[in-house]
Amino acid sequence: MFNVTINTQKIQVPEGATILQAARQVGITVPTLCNMEKREAIGACRVCLVDVEGARTLVAACSTPVTEGMVVRTNSSAARAARRHVVEMLLSEHDGNCQTCDRSGDCELRALADEMGVSGLPYEGVKAKRKLDESTPALVRDNAKCIKCRRCVTVCGEVQGVGALVPQGRGFQTVIGPAFTRDMDGVACVQCGQCAAICPVGAIVERSHIPEVWKALDNAKLHVIVQTAPAIRAALGECFGYEPGTRVTGKMAAALRRLGFDGVFDTNFTADLTIMEEGTELLTRLKKALVGKEPVALPMFTSCSPGWINFAEFYFPQFLPNISTCKSPQQMFGAVAKTYYAQKLGLKPEELVVVSVMPCTAKKFEAQRPEMTASGVRDVDYVLTTRELAKMIKEAGIDFRNLPEEAMDAPLGLSSGAADIFANTGGVMEAALRTAYEIVTGRELPVDNLHVQAVSGLEGIKEAALTITGTRKEWSFLEGVELKVAVSHGLANTRRLLQHIQANGAVYHFVEVMTCPGGCIGGGGQPRFTDDSVRLRRIAGIYCEDEGKAMRKSHENPDVAALYKEYLGTPLGEKSHHLLHTHYHRKER
Amino acid sequence: MTTQSATAPCACACACEPSEQEQLKKLDEVIGEYRDKPGGLIPALQLAQTIYGYLPEPVIRRIADGFGKTVSEVTGVVTFYSFFTLHPRGKFLVRVCLGTACYVRGGKEVLDAFKKKLEIEVGETTPDRQFSLEVGRCFGACGMAPVVMVNDTVYQRVKPARVGEMVNQILAGALAAGEKEHA
Repeated sequence: MFNVTINTQKIQVPEGATILQAARQVGITVPTLCNMEKREAIGACRVCLVDVEGARTLVAACSTPVTEGMVVRTNSSAARAARRHVVEMLLSEHDGNCQTCDRSGDCELRALADEMGVSGLPYEGVKAKRKLDESTPALVRDNAKCIKCRRCVTVCGEVQGVGALVPQGRGFQTVIGPAFTRDMDGVACVQCGQCAAICPVGAIVERSHIPEVWKALDNAKLHVIVQTAPAIRAALGECFGYEPGTRVTGKMAAALRRLGFDGVFDTNFTADLTIMEEGTELLTRLKKALVGKEPVALPMFTSCSPGWINFAEFYFPQFLPNISTCKSPQQMFGAVAKTYYAQKLGLKPEELVVVSVMPCTAKKFEAQRPEMTASGVRDVDYVLTTRELAKMIKEAGIDFRNLPEEAMDAPLGLSSGAADIFANTGGVMEAALRTAYEIVTGRELPVDNLHVQAVSGLEGIKEAALTITGTRKEWSFLEGVELKVAVSHGLANTRRLLQHIQANGAVYHFVEVMTCPGGCIGGGGQPRFTDDSVRLRRIAGIYCEDEGKAMRKSHENPDVAALYKEYLGTPLGEKSHHLLHTHYHRKER
Repeated sequence: MTTQSATAPCACACACEPSEQEQLKKLDEVIGEYRDKPGGLIPALQLAQTIYGYLPEPVIRRIADGFGKTVSEVTGVVTFYSFFTLHPRGKFLVRVCLGTACYVRGGKEVLDAFKKKLEIEVGETTPDRQFSLEVGRCFGACGMAPVVMVNDTVYQRVKPARVGEMVNQILAGALAAGEKEHA
């Protein structure tokens, strides 16, 4: 431990800690911009300059380790002036246009300028020539707003292992972006949107579907319905001043109704449906492998997360046969809504508009895949992120905090607690095990409160094993089998897991992959700013939602059972195959 | 060979350029040698540029695949260092140093003189593919500032007024060397 003085406080700081960490330890805020939780400090932005006694110059708190006897002043006039100067310099090159910027509400640069007391722009710098990149369905990049902090570079390269966004060139000429300063569609970007979630300014944002949704809602001839992903309910509240993890399911349903949607439904419904299909698919693959001794691709991977599908298509095409053929719950919803539900209403698929609210930008990409037209037209018309929904609610003048709690509509609005936990890393695995174990043994999954602890939480790669005993007659081939599963979230973790499987063969039976750290609750379309403390609170909120329900297993959902009885037949049946399953293609990088 | 370095193609304009297959074979050897070495990307890029004279996109893609990196990551490195080029260079690469010492001793004026004489901007190549013009950042010869490097030859204390003569001499030298080899 080192003895360090920060401002007026004498404290003990562990060796190797930075000045920034030491300051935070005693509740002293030093502003930061490029700094990221759990990532090596790069000291690029210089917003965290502090005064150290005896040092030749001011130092960057994020990347300067403390030493014995160090005396730090975070708020000397020199430090305050220098930090303000740094922000003024950033502003001099930044093409802000705050009034019309997508980020004006939560821009970190704007907040910093305010905190530092910037009251004018003393410098007029040369601004980068604007080049709008609208090449992808999910994301829009505006390099004139970029302040080159490199957070997106870190998240894209280190957290997601994708490396699509990299500084190109040098010095003032540096452009953060794809190779050869091309557009995003020219590189193997998976559209996860973690860059858009972490960007401090408006340089990368989701492609807005808000105008199209308003237009559909205004058209009296169209029947417009909405589905909301499980992760929205524990995060949307943050846009209205609630703490992360506050569940706002009822207010959200009320708000959607007041926006004018003709049906307020739940992606949770098709999450339950996914478990029926995917669980059956897993058991079928296991039967083929264990009984028929047929060559079958194991482990089976989950398929809910469209960024992961893009990642596999680009980087690991050898694993495409291992990915469940189940469409994601979003796309299952679209296909069911435009067939089963449209027929119930006596509508043609083209008279029904399906809007989804997703924590995700890659869902915008997924919805426009040419395969996703099982109803004959596009199954999901528009995809809003959580942030976009909040904007619409504000634009409509709805007083969110004072809304009553309302319920989702029938028949596509009823769901189990197993569907809620699709939002969390490890949740799809747990939901699948709850159902698969009970189908095979007739007994409830023998874990505390139905939670598979080993696969929950923020560890990057998680494993669990479960020995199946007391099987029903038709599943006796699974008697005594030790079912091995793994869960990864964040694509860099996923890459490590895939390399492990490549090197060691089918060491697991079933693997859940979620693109974003923490799962969908940490998606690229969620309210900013998402760090681990926010992730954990959203995860806890989702588990509460699950535990609060009487029905906590997908196979108990009576409306899913009715859908099979009235329309689909059986899981993996012909109709299911057509509506609920898909295929994947290798993509050239 | 006269003033030009090993990186420039053969001066005689005869058919002694290596075939595509030979270049590819050499490139794959380079990738194989450096892919597992820490910090191996930069030497591999240097050698690749020696093989091809520049770093064309297919070469960058092959290196990226070989090193398990993305194309964006590799072009990030290539565009950071002024030594690397994405475009074919002329027979003579003129690099005018604008490091601090050369800058204060008139490097900027020397650069302007080259621009005027060659009628190209920085990063460009003359239409006859004889000269490319780049800016260097210190060659470690500050005592001789302002410094210009033409391929591997260092020219010291260059005066803007002498630039035209320098260019003519280089061209004349190349011509003479070419005639000698064909004689």
